[in-house]
Amino acid sequence: MSTRRVAGPEIERLIQLLSKLPGLGPRSARRAALHLVQKKDQLLIPLAEAMGVAVDQVGICSECGTVDTSDPCTICSDPRRDGATIVVVEDVSDLWALERASAVSAHYHVLGGTLSPLDGIGPDDLNISKLVERIEGGAVSEVILAVNATVEGQTTAHFITDQLARFENVKVTRLAHGVPVGGELDYLDEGTLAQALRARTKF
Amino acid sequence: MQWQAEGIVIGTRKQGENNILLEVLTPDKGRCLGLVRGGRSRRQQPALQLGNHLNLTWRARLDEHLGFFTVEPLQLRAAHLMQTARAIHGLQSLCAQVRLLPERDPHPNLFHALDVILDHLEDPRIGAALVLRFELELLNELGFGLDLSECAATGVTEELIWVSPKSGRAVCKTAGQPYAAKLLTLPEFLKAPESRLSQNIQISKGDMEAGFSLTGYFLFKYIYEPRSIAWPPARDNYVTALRKDFADLPD
Repeated sequence: MSTRRVAGPEIERLIQLLSKLPGLGPRSARRAALHLVQKKDQLLIPLAEAMGVAVDQVGICSECGTVDTSDPCTICSDPRRDGATIVVVEDVSDLWALERASAVSAHYHVLGGTLSPLDGIGPDDLNISKLVERIEGGAVSEVILAVNATVEGQTTAHFITDQLARFENVKVTRLAHGVPVGGELDYLDEGTLAQALRARTKF
Repeated sequence: MQWQAEGIVIGTRKQGENNILLEVLTPDKGRCLGLVRGGRSRRQQPALQLGNHLNLTWRARLDEHLGFFTVEPLQLRAAHLMQTARAIHGLQSLCAQVRLLPERDPHPNLFHALDVILDHLEDPRIGAALVLRFELELLNELGFGLDLSECAATGVTEELIWVSPKSGRAVCKTAGQPYAAKLLTLPEFLKAPESRLSQNIQISKGDMEAGFSLTGYFLFKYIYEPRSIAWPPARDNYVTALRKDFADLPD
């Protein structure tokens, strides 16, 4: 049974494109489209303009691989950051998460994913060679591997560690695994608990 | 349709924003796939890591459907296996090889062997020996078993030190001498069929190198090459990690 059209092809196209965004299905895309169309001056036009600007100006930083409107990006060109430390992350969203935490004022390197045999992602598909190139520059003394605590993430971490083994003056560290804030021990998996116990600190 | 079984996670793939397509090896149902609703949630994701042992319930309207899994963790090994390069590359290599099995074809021997190996991957000597025996067993279960019981040329069962790359059969020292350069070395510990997948094996660096060359040759010849499947980099990474570990161990 074919669905009866309720709006012109332009609106249908808007709904179709919105439904491809993360978190939106066809129904919520329809609501969002209606909201945009109804608030044309306050939302639709500024959004279209902002998107146009983003299309023109947003690019990938040639240094670290993050997205920004300038190349090198805002982070790479910030002189207040510690240039001797590079935090390696899987994705731009991880970089933003670490920046939100304000836990480190260092430079970043975005890999663009993890090694995943099932998805056919190998070392050549990741931004690893550029990382090695940056370290070859000689200004880096520590690489923090801030990848996810998944098998794929940790496989990638071990692979990068092997690639960096020849740089004897570069310390390679990784994030600790343990009990999250708000986590109850009873509900934690035994692997995480064992890791947390092994990495315990003096109180 | 519904069944319940234990299974070891051998593959996961993101499906949409919330779900995971889970691939497991079970003793009686073989390699099975199913969708885990909400598999990418914080609660479920730790269980859905390679190498973890789960209790599974599979449901679908028809048997030939993909179906849905509900999972409950039994033994979560992934966090331990993530700690060393050898263990994590070994895990990835084993999972890649198990994924070569046909879907829903039971291989209880391989399931039990995998279960044992995953508990010993962190030990370089025992882990390597078990992985090599597993690869031999995998070849066997896929119909390409090597005959290491007697010499292909003379029929003797003594001094079997080579394997013919052509036939996959053992060759004794006397018969193989003129062709030594073309034959593959057969490590001592792989000969005894009764100790297959036994845990009390200790191997040398030479045995490890020869063993991985032997099984690697036949895996490529019989499985990867005919099926046009890319050789898993995880296996090479595992062997590289083992080489480093063996270099630090007394022979």
